Amino acid sequence: MAAEEVDVLIVGGGGAGLRAAIAVAEAEPDATVAILSKVYPMRSHTVSAEGGAAAVIGLADSLDEHAYDTISGGDWLCDQDAVEAFVREAPRELIRLEHWGCPWSREPDGRVAVRPFGGMKQLRTWYAADKTGFHLLHTLFQTTLKHTEIKRFDEWYATRLVTDGERVHGVTAIDIRTGRIDTIAARAVILATGGCGQVFPFTTNAAIKTGDGMALAYRAGAPLKDMEFIQYHPTGLPFTGILITEAARAEGGWLINKDGYRYLQDYDLGVPTDTPKLRSMELGPRDRLSQAFVHEMQRGRTVETPYGQVTYLDLRHLGEAKINARIPFVRELCLSYEKLDPVTDLIPVRPVVHYMMGGVHTGVDGETPLQGLYAAGETACVSINGANRLGSNSLPECLVFGARAGAAAARYAVQAAKPDQQAVRTQGADERRRLEQERDGRDGGRERISEVRALMRRTLEESAGIYRDRDSLEKAAGTLADLRERAAVARLEDRSAAFNTELLAGLELGSMLDVAETIVASALNREESRGAHQRTDFPARDDAAFLAHTLAHRGPDGTPRLSLLPVTITRWPPGERVYGR
Amino acid sequence: MILRVNRYRPGVDDAPVFQDYEVPDREDWAILDALTHIKDTVDGTLSFRWSCRMGICGSCGMNVNGEPKLTCGTFLTDYSGPVTVEPLRGFPVIRDLVVDIDPFLANLSKVSPWLVREGEEPETEFAQTPEQLEAYKQYSMCINCMLCYSACPVYVLDPDFLGPAAIALAQRYNLDSRDMGDRFDVLSTEEGVWGCTFVGECTSACPKHVDPAEAIQRYKLTAAMRSVLPFTRRRP
Ligand SMILES: Cc1cc2nc3c(=O)[nH]c(=O)nc-3n(C[C@H](O)[C@H](O)[C@H](O)COP(=O)(O)OP(=O)(O)OC[C@H]3O[C@@H](n4cnc5c(N)ncnc54)[C@H](O)[C@@H]3O)c2cc1C
Repeated sequence: MAAEEVDVLIVGGGGAGLRAAIAVAEAEPDATVAILSKVYPMRSHTVSAEGGAAAVIGLADSLDEHAYDTISGGDWLCDQDAVEAFVREAPRELIRLEHWGCPWSREPDGRVAVRPFGGMKQLRTWYAADKTGFHLLHTLFQTTLKHTEIKRFDEWYATRLVTDGERVHGVTAIDIRTGRIDTIAARAVILATGGCGQVFPFTTNAAIKTGDGMALAYRAGAPLKDMEFIQYHPTGLPFTGILITEAARAEGGWLINKDGYRYLQDYDLGVPTDTPKLRSMELGPRDRLSQAFVHEMQRGRTVETPYGQVTYLDLRHLGEAKINARIPFVRELCLSYEKLDPVTDLIPVRPVVHYMMGGVHTGVDGETPLQGLYAAGETACVSINGANRLGSNSLPECLVFGARAGAAAARYAVQAAKPDQQAVRTQGADERRRLEQERDGRDGGRERISEVRALMRRTLEESAGIYRDRDSLEKAAGTLADLRERAAVARLEDRSAAFNTELLAGLELGSMLDVAETIVASALNREESRGAHQRTDFPARDDAAFLAHTLAHRGPDGTPRLSLLPVTITRWPPGERVYGR
Repeated sequence: MILRVNRYRPGVDDAPVFQDYEVPDREDWAILDALTHIKDTVDGTLSFRWSCRMGICGSCGMNVNGEPKLTCGTFLTDYSGPVTVEPLRGFPVIRDLVVDIDPFLANLSKVSPWLVREGEEPETEFAQTPEQLEAYKQYSMCINCMLCYSACPVYVLDPDFLGPAAIALAQRYNLDSRDMGDRFDVLSTEEGVWGCTFVGECTSACPKHVDPAEAIQRYKLTAAMRSVLPFTRRRP
């Protein structure tokens, strides 16, 4: 028997998952809803978002302009119907968050303040100093505490979706505290499991961002979309990969090379001005800025450090008062992790893996091809981000599509048949056997989980980084197949039931290998350069062949089967991406 | 450098024991880096929580040489000689360095930590000036890392005490110009602010400068005024 049965089960308690839970409670007050999460919700990685959340607010701005910035930023791979829904609903979502208590930074007259952001032509990024994600997540979490009808499974790790091939009936999960393996039957399941930056060695993403939800969907037969599009953020701290938010540049920070030169001017991003200019120079899009770094490195104009080549972010001219008021967390992070003070020192930075544009293929209500299965947030690809996400679009994405998926799942659940208890029982028993075998039968392995994981990460960095080509991707595909075999027999020393984090690391490695394989296969298949996917062997964008999404289905042998799906264009035909001119 | 780590596996160990691990003495490593190094290369059975590694998710609090610390922001170079790492004091231990945080969350929930409003939701935002924001901002910075509970001599003896973070969170909403709530019945009790003996350890332990001790003292004053003056409801 299932431990529990609910109408809507949400896997993940970050921004998207919490927003979805409130939406279920509001849409169908009689429906039962639960959040199952591998960490306590307020530990989710939404907490680390710094810069802000975009939504049209000022009279000078318009929904069409936000849509255009998003679509051109995404190099025309965004589905424009999804973008239109997104820009329309984002303002309301951010206002609701304000009504729930979010401490947005303010104008002197009491209105919400907005700041510039990369690739955005207007000031539309709402912020709570530079801890926007932290405040957003805690506000949402605290608001869910008011909804006592939202049940929680804190520190439960979902391992598999229960399906009959057409419809989802629940999940199997490990109660991490006790080690108990159980099933939760559900009429609808929403995946809100976040991104997968941990497949790379150098990332801003937390340890928990291992792409589990993508792997759960993929194994259950739902396709992953546009997995080749991985965003490098141009300003990560060397060694730790801690993010220095784009807000630092929005407030006027400069990127300089070893000669103190604002090198972005050499890469068709505009001319330097003293004060920030929108959609220009340091406020260009992230893909272009990260690519410019690689060229600077090739020209020998970066600086060698023990943790790789760097350029510098210069905030000194902003002055202490502005830094403390607008980006205090940047200063705190630099003091703590780099032992330097941005008020007087240059900050060494280099591009760092930051965000997954791809994910579980969904429609505008978060629905997937598998009946009853929904996805939202970074784990989903709806797709508003196309080939390159604009900074500050993903927090509102979590809210808009979390809310939509929640409402849609609730509507579905109240009319859907009860979950099939037979399927829940047999698949639950299968999974219990498999996991107990994993835990108890692997202490003889030669390699450690961490060794295989490190090799996977290196493979991805070498093949699917900022620039890619066929040879390195083909080689990577072979290496990953080998690593999958090695991961299956890697050693697990910990056989205890309670809080067995080694078992979880093994399961997370399994998720990451699935994700890594789809990234490499999708990148290999896309023989063009678009946004964050740059092929040195196919340097131009090719709309005739590739104005299309990549879909990756899991084939019978476990490897990805790829196909293309046309992009939805409503009002903005493909054009040139122009920045700084 | 030696890390002396407290181990406890339920059903296996009768009582917690210390285990020594030798770790490279790297100047850029936080205590957490040394722990992940042990887990990845020396002993896969060591259990602890961590996630963001940038001092904001609140997962990795432990007692380091007897003091509650965020291990991702506490560096090996801050210590000489063996460093003792133990689970946060004041909470039941689930395993190794992992403590049960449900009692803490139960306390947080008791103070109605959400914005209380009546009436229809307006179309636009509630106005709030930068000064009004400043009035509660500091108390909104709590990352729920629980270091203040571990440092609090009252909580460690009496888990019914609401504790520093929960009271600071209540004040975060009490002082928010948009809030219409009243948390007097929960706060002005022996388990609430009157349980605090004002040692101030919570404020010293807080990695985010929330200053829960001040929040508690301020509410004591509010509560004292309330008991002498007739109660008038706040309206923003
Ligand atoms: C450092 C940083 C700064 C950022 N800054 C910004 C910004 O300023 N503006 C912006 O718009 N975006 C920003 N982003 C991006 C944005 O924060 C994320 O895309 C977004 O927060 C993702 O939210 P989510 O709800 O999808 O996932 P998350 O918040 O990552 O939550 C995922 C949830 O899923 C759960 N989970 C995962 N796997 C399992 C499993 N197997 N079983 C059970 N539960 C599971 C986790 O426990 C967690 O609760 C930033 C990202 C980073 C890394």
